[in-house]
Amino acid sequence: MKRMLLALLVAVTLLAAACGDSSGSSGTQTGAETGAGDSGTEAPASPEPTEAMAAGAQCTPGQTDGDLNLYNWSEYIDPELITKFEDQLGVKVTEDFFPSNEDMFARVSNGNPGFDVVVPSDYMVAIMIEENLLLPLTRDAIPNLGNLAPEFRSGLPFDPEGAYSVAYQWGTTGIGVNLDNVGEDFDESWGLIFDPEMASQFKGKISLLDDPRETMGAALKYLGYSLNTTNLDELAEARDVLAAAVDNVAAFDSDQFEDLLVGGEVDIAHGYSGDFFAAFDGASTDDYDAYEHFYYFVPKEGGTRWVDNMAILADAPHPCTAHAFINFILDAENGAALTNFNFYASPNQAAEEFIDPEILEDPSIYPTPETLAKLEFIEDTGDFEINYQDYFTQAKG
Amino acid sequence: MPIDTEPALAIAEPTGARPLSDLEAGDEKARSRLGLLLALPGIVYLTVFFVIPLGFVVVTSFATRTRTGRTAYESWNTDAYSKIISSDLIRTVAWRSLGLGIITTLICLALAFPLSYFISTRKPVVRNLLLIGVMIPFWSNFLVRTYAWRVLLDSNGLGTRLLGALGLGDGRILFTQKAVVLGMVYGFLPFMVLPLYAALERIDWSLVEASRDLYASGWGAFRRVVWPLSRPGVIAGSILVFVPSFGAYITPALLGGGKDPLLGSYIVGQFLQARNWPLGSALSVVVLVVMLAGTIVYFRTGGRTL
Repeated sequence: MKRMLLALLVAVTLLAAACGDSSGSSGTQTGAETGAGDSGTEAPASPEPTEAMAAGAQCTPGQTDGDLNLYNWSEYIDPELITKFEDQLGVKVTEDFFPSNEDMFARVSNGNPGFDVVVPSDYMVAIMIEENLLLPLTRDAIPNLGNLAPEFRSGLPFDPEGAYSVAYQWGTTGIGVNLDNVGEDFDESWGLIFDPEMASQFKGKISLLDDPRETMGAALKYLGYSLNTTNLDELAEARDVLAAAVDNVAAFDSDQFEDLLVGGEVDIAHGYSGDFFAAFDGASTDDYDAYEHFYYFVPKEGGTRWVDNMAILADAPHPCTAHAFINFILDAENGAALTNFNFYASPNQAAEEFIDPEILEDPSIYPTPETLAKLEFIEDTGDFEINYQDYFTQAKG
Repeated sequence: MPIDTEPALAIAEPTGARPLSDLEAGDEKARSRLGLLLALPGIVYLTVFFVIPLGFVVVTSFATRTRTGRTAYESWNTDAYSKIISSDLIRTVAWRSLGLGIITTLICLALAFPLSYFISTRKPVVRNLLLIGVMIPFWSNFLVRTYAWRVLLDSNGLGTRLLGALGLGDGRILFTQKAVVLGMVYGFLPFMVLPLYAALERIDWSLVEASRDLYASGWGAFRRVVWPLSRPGVIAGSILVFVPSFGAYITPALLGGGKDPLLGSYIVGQFLQARNWPLGSALSVVVLVVMLAGTIVYFRTGGRTL
């Protein structure tokens, strides 16, 4: 046994050396910016101007420089769109999927395994820009940028100039309810989950997202605070509200909340807009309209609004094909095909004439301006993220 | 991350070495060289897929989480370990995991001992059929089987209705601690049955007869003869069940609804939510070291009475 431990120790020591090596080589891989991966740790690195010189950024509209490697969320693009792009540009598309921003970040932050286009959410775009992981866009190569609604062209908090990212789809986080069991006449409020009196009527019939920022954020919104708060007292208050609600909660679930709702396991589910609609749609048949039995809303106190964005990795092997892909998605008809497929709102204004009217007129997919005003993007809070994680864990049990 | 990986079945073999003849001793060197050669693929495999990844975990545990949540392999420190020592939250979560691990192990032992006894006292043909029965669930994926429990235990599930009819539960079992324990016992029971069977099968039953001849009661014969002889199996089985149930992640997440966080889910959260790899790694290392130390102590104390 002793000898085995010794062998283990030796192996670990060897590894420490090997590891130093590999992080060094990934540093060189991460691009032209000399050692930014190394020095960027202490001081918040500002986007390096030198990066604009990265080779391959000189692209013209429709130009391709090889096959496309797309790293996207699953079920997020109509497979027919991929085929259409392949036929149109004569390239092959290889898709890979990630289940969360964190998974994607982990995969690309220590050396890009070969992806061209990634689809990070808002706060992750900001992080990736700070980490010099994204290639500045060559705007001339994306003439369809003009199709974007003005609010998505500039002024988004995570990439104010739209220099690195182009909005792909957006949606909200709110509550899905079973109207048969909750009734038609309820207050569209986070109180359904967090008000002890209201929630206790649905004991064991409530699911919450298993996500510290979303779920702590919901409790913060219920209390009237910003969901990006970095005030520990406010966070503690939200934790206590959540802890008191846990008794009524059946499950913390980020993957199957929509199935739990439609399957009747819960009557109130916290989750993402598009997932609910996809489930409602899937449950509907010729003589059963799930929309009459289920309903999604953004609580009156406000909630999360999120945007997923297309971005090109700084060391993408095929930057021009990547630009061509972004331009392709921004096409009016293609943008509409996305929304008709995944039930998330499109940032593409020109696409609206091709989007199913039912989707376009549904205020739970395209919220009213009053609702929009109460929504917030999740922003990275830096070191404070750890408090969200710990307080969330404390509240859960 | 030592989570829910099904451990390889290691059944303790008796170490009574046969004395070597002179002729055999002469071949010893060549034989050991051949042994090394044959073991080489295994050694390479373990190095590449176990030792190296584990090394990365150890190295990461001394790295730093940057403000953006990247893991910086440039500045080394023991902050993660300090946090583990000082955190009340981690202590709470660890005690809870320990409790669940012990409960799972005890229930498995209580269920597996009579079962193994039964199997080992059958005719060889029946014995093999029963053993195959124990192992059949292994032929399908653990995750798939856990999802199957979700269906069985939900509000309208067969399992829920069955347990309700037996008066063992009212309403949905899914998303309760009962469901977690049930799922874990189900998943890990074979790890207890197989080593116990191996130990019981080797027992010389004439010893039991002898003890009865010497006026031992049935209980006395069990306590003084069968139990001590089955100890190696009990120890091996308990370790094989306790280790994965202590770090379990999938079963509590799917069947327990993610309430009452355990070490496994806390570690996963550090990697996939807080982007705090150093803390997640450090906690994995601590769990590993504690388990290893516990196992060594357990084997040593058990070994004396074997």
